[in-house]
Amino acid sequence: MTVWCLVELDGDAAADASLRALTLARGLLPDGADGGGVAAVVFGPPPLADLAAYGAADVYVVSGVDGYAPQAWARALTELLGAGRGPDGPRPAVVAAGTEHGNEVLAHLGAITGLPMAANCVAVSASGGTALDLVRQRWAGLLLEEAVLEAPAALLTVATDAVAAAPAAAPVSVTVHEVAAAVTGADLAVRAVETPGGTGGVSLATARVVVGGGRGVGSAEGFAPLEELAALLGGVVGASRVVTSEGWRPHSMQVGQTGTKITPDLYLACGISGAIQHFAGCSGARHIIAINTDASAPMMTRADYAVAGDLHEVLPALIEALRARG
Amino acid sequence: MDILVCVKRVPTVGGAITLTADSRAIDTKASGFTISPHEECAVEEAVRLVERFGGSVTIVSLGPVEAEEQLRAGLALGASAAVLVETAPGVETGPMATAAALYSVAASGAFDLILLGNEASDTGGYQVGIRLAHLLGRPVATGAKAITVTDDGSSLSASRSYRGVTETFTLPLPCLVTVKEGINLPRYPSLPGRLRAKRAAIKRIPVEATGTAPAGDVRMTRLRVPDAPRKQATVLGHGAAAVPALVAVLAEIGVIS
Repeated sequence: MTVWCLVELDGDAAADASLRALTLARGLLPDGADGGGVAAVVFGPPPLADLAAYGAADVYVVSGVDGYAPQAWARALTELLGAGRGPDGPRPAVVAAGTEHGNEVLAHLGAITGLPMAANCVAVSASGGTALDLVRQRWAGLLLEEAVLEAPAALLTVATDAVAAAPAAAPVSVTVHEVAAAVTGADLAVRAVETPGGTGGVSLATARVVVGGGRGVGSAEGFAPLEELAALLGGVVGASRVVTSEGWRPHSMQVGQTGTKITPDLYLACGISGAIQHFAGCSGARHIIAINTDASAPMMTRADYAVAGDLHEVLPALIEALRARG
Repeated sequence: MDILVCVKRVPTVGGAITLTADSRAIDTKASGFTISPHEECAVEEAVRLVERFGGSVTIVSLGPVEAEEQLRAGLALGASAAVLVETAPGVETGPMATAAALYSVAASGAFDLILLGNEASDTGGYQVGIRLAHLLGRPVATGAKAITVTDDGSSLSASRSYRGVTETFTLPLPCLVTVKEGINLPRYPSLPGRLRAKRAAIKRIPVEATGTAPAGDVRMTRLRVPDAPRKQATVLGHGAAAVPALVAVLAEIGVIS
């Protein structure tokens, strides 16, 4: 059985969300698959070191699609899936990251092939026979669904904030296959034209440090110390739903179920009480520090570290201390 | 411009999610229901486009008879007609079956634009809009945070942010777009709007009458609330006096050297 994994790029490297997808994909390989690994699919220059480390023994580099065109990417995957499958062969799987791109491409693949698709899985295992047992996120991870997927091929995306990226026990040697996508004009009709965003290239979803502000920030102007601190730490500013509803910051900065899911090393939550919809967006943070005047706020009790106090007192003092360190 | 908007009735989730005894649904005895947030914005976007171009907004929901409440909420925002594809109470419809049922409504009218939410807030399947587009043979863009329609109404561009970059997709009409919260701020329904919505007739179609065969969707066996992931927080102190401890933690985590 072939386990395909769509790998997205972040600069020259594999995107963090794709490393998580590769990790889950590797778990679908049958035990003792000698030399057989995951078959990575890349639309661009392949990040070979990452792919070797994560057990992608075969790498399919697809040409013929310039940039991001979701239906064309799905068409290329459809062909790979069809080519590697005999009528009685073991059932293959296609895995992608649960990103906007990953979910979108696999939904197109599901629509083209008539196969079901399970979005944002956190665990998958073979349950004997032809079915897969899976656990996937609902409510952006506030609720988990246990489900059975029975299909000629399994289409899965992997939650970006719940499966830890883990390299293979030993790096594999990688064989690169160049393939040309046989796509139609209709497949290429909807394609992304990219223009620089307003965040200086660091996106909320992939930032290593996020400084979040909530109701406690008090006003649009109140974000100044958060922005200064984020700049000092090489991070970006996020916001709660209250903040974007008040218009203090644009919705693009919203962390939460209907905003962005973040996976930083540090989430510094300032003046955020911590509604469960907000936790749906930030529970993938490795460390959470909360600053709040209300020590009983959910964010203060569920964080790793808490500072009781007014963020407008704590943040300027913290900025001063960091500047003093040089 | 004639626009179809697909909306879903979802529970209003407050402090914590509790499940029914059989663990197959959210216990909604103490909670209300709402239109899934992305889709409320889809209704608002449709109403704004019709205010500019003229035409009509039809909203459709696949769900139990109670979903009429969400259809009336959409009518109050300015939609002109509503269709309920009625399912049996307590039966969950998977994304493939949902797309197939919505297709029968979408194909029955000459809609220039079909809007959906990017994903339903409850089941989060991320696929109904795309599957519906393929059934209709129309182009689709997803996750739109902005839609700009050309003055002649012949094409639109849909944009979103991805990895710090703005992606813009240009599509000819007729087409589908799925939108995300933040594309607009939905208006409060006016009093005349609410009165009109209360009296409006809602067309009801039993899902069986859409002639869609059961689809091979992923089968849910049970739901569970994830374990609370965090331990009790370590209190670093009060106010500015906590700063030295805070700096030490930042160094320990490795975000400062």
